[in-house]
Amino acid sequence: MTLPFAIIAGLTVGSAIAAMSLRNLVHCALSLVLTFAGLAGLYLQLNAEFVGFTQILVYVGAVAILIVFAILLTRSTEPKDEPATVTPWIGIAVAVGAFLTMALAVLASPVGKRVAAPAPEVSVKTLGQKLMTDYVLPLEVMALLLTAAMLGAVIIAMKDKEGQR
Amino acid sequence: MADFFQAIDQFPVTLKHWLMTQLGGVLPEWAEPLVSAALSITPILAVFPLMFALTTVIERKGLGRIQNRIGPNRVGIPLTNIRLAGFGQFIADGIKSLIKEDVVPRAADKVVHFLAPIALLIPVLLTYSVLPFGRNMVPLDLPQTGLLFFFAVGASTELSVFMAGWSSRNKYSLLGAMRAIAQMVSYEIPLILSALTVVMMAGTLSLSGIVERQMWHVAMPGIPGDQDGLLARWFLFTPWGLVGFFLFLTAAAAEANRTPFDLPEAESEIIAGYFTEYSGFKFAIFFLAEYLGLFAMCGLGITLFLGGWLPPVNFAPFTWIPSWCWFLGKLSALIVLFIWLRGTLPRLRTDQLMGFAWKFLLPMTLINLVVAALWHLLANSIPLVARWPLCFAMLAVPYWLLGRGFEAKFTKREYRFAN
Repeated sequence: MTLPFAIIAGLTVGSAIAAMSLRNLVHCALSLVLTFAGLAGLYLQLNAEFVGFTQILVYVGAVAILIVFAILLTRSTEPKDEPATVTPWIGIAVAVGAFLTMALAVLASPVGKRVAAPAPEVSVKTLGQKLMTDYVLPLEVMALLLTAAMLGAVIIAMKDKEGQR
Repeated sequence: MADFFQAIDQFPVTLKHWLMTQLGGVLPEWAEPLVSAALSITPILAVFPLMFALTTVIERKGLGRIQNRIGPNRVGIPLTNIRLAGFGQFIADGIKSLIKEDVVPRAADKVVHFLAPIALLIPVLLTYSVLPFGRNMVPLDLPQTGLLFFFAVGASTELSVFMAGWSSRNKYSLLGAMRAIAQMVSYEIPLILSALTVVMMAGTLSLSGIVERQMWHVAMPGIPGDQDGLLARWFLFTPWGLVGFFLFLTAAAAEANRTPFDLPEAESEIIAGYFTEYSGFKFAIFFLAEYLGLFAMCGLGITLFLGGWLPPVNFAPFTWIPSWCWFLGKLSALIVLFIWLRGTLPRLRTDQLMGFAWKFLLPMTLINLVVAALWHLLANSIPLVARWPLCFAMLAVPYWLLGRGFEAKFTKREYRFAN
């Protein structure tokens, strides 16, 4: 384990814990952004530059803004004084159990013993060509889904106007 | 003779190289990349904040002239009569903001309030790391993802704006932040799409690669420019490049919150927008980040459309000027253009702002993308003399059609009492 990896991993996990445990929703959202950025750092560590920067562009630049807007538009961000009603211990036990199962499964599997394949020279050009040829159907389906979502959003936003008439 | 000019051109690179060889024996091995990075960063941190400082004075003087005032002309060297035509003003401003009290509202979210200016300045400074300032002068050359890095890091400033606006617990701050985010998200799309046209035509995301594609000797199908080298092959000289540059510049002005898109900090409406509750040096950092963001956007525009550090023509007196001088000269020209725009144009209304982004800029950038593809495909079948006007007409007609919807609809004004 190298030092940069330790720093990034610690940051990611720490901010993820903060995102779950903080009481103020906006603080949670901001911690979540730090988690996204940490994940991008991990991608960069794996020499996946394109994925790493896309992660920042999409998650830090767009998804985080969406989350923040959703919080501000729907409810008060002020934390309520009432104590948390759910005890975290059961959740923690389940999470630790799940993690241990997965970790043991990974350690038992022969993945770690395999010799790492030589990293293929994947350029952005290859990615684009793959998207436009082999994976064009998923891409189009996604585009259709997003268009449908956008139409739905527009219709929801238009409803008020019709009611006024 | 040519060697001498080349030596000046490459002076920053050779200086860094010389320093690294001198330090090579002294430094431990792990420190070498760090020192090398620090040596690359230092000129950026020295040049661009200084440029910001000078720009503040020039902007105030320029705006003063446009508004028939004199502008700052007093501050010079203390205890003497030397006034430097007011160019000491930025030092006085800097000292003032340093020693001012740092007021934090009692209700403010202290941690987020403190972090916001830092989270704004750092991404803005990071965007400079991929800009090619001169020949062989790019601090961090990302051959696969240069432009993507610029936009990814640039997009994270939106969140800092939100942090500043939300943590201040002030309705004007929050309104300003909301306006800023809505504007930045909307204008990011035409900005990226207009830059994408260049990526499509150059076939690379590397910014230094894009500059190289605009050189004379690189054969690009159908970019006007003399193969033997009189006129440069800047993308600006193609119809899609010309239109793309102006679309890019408009969207960049909106991204950098410059007039006429300065609604997020409209003084007459919401005090100072998202940094209303910042004082002293934190305010100065917001100011600095805003201008540095503008400079970075201009630098990207220069790299994409204006040939980066390349001179416009390829003969002697112009090629003697060092490449970094060309870059800084183009940057200064664009900054002056933005100051001029600020002094000339009134501010838009919010609905006009959104309508302009979605109903005009976005369709235009999409049409531009198609025209650029057509320009590329017709390269071998239609001669340049016919292709240029054809492609330009394909952009000018939609421009006219889309622009018609934005003409002010004047009717005869009815005066209720004055008639």
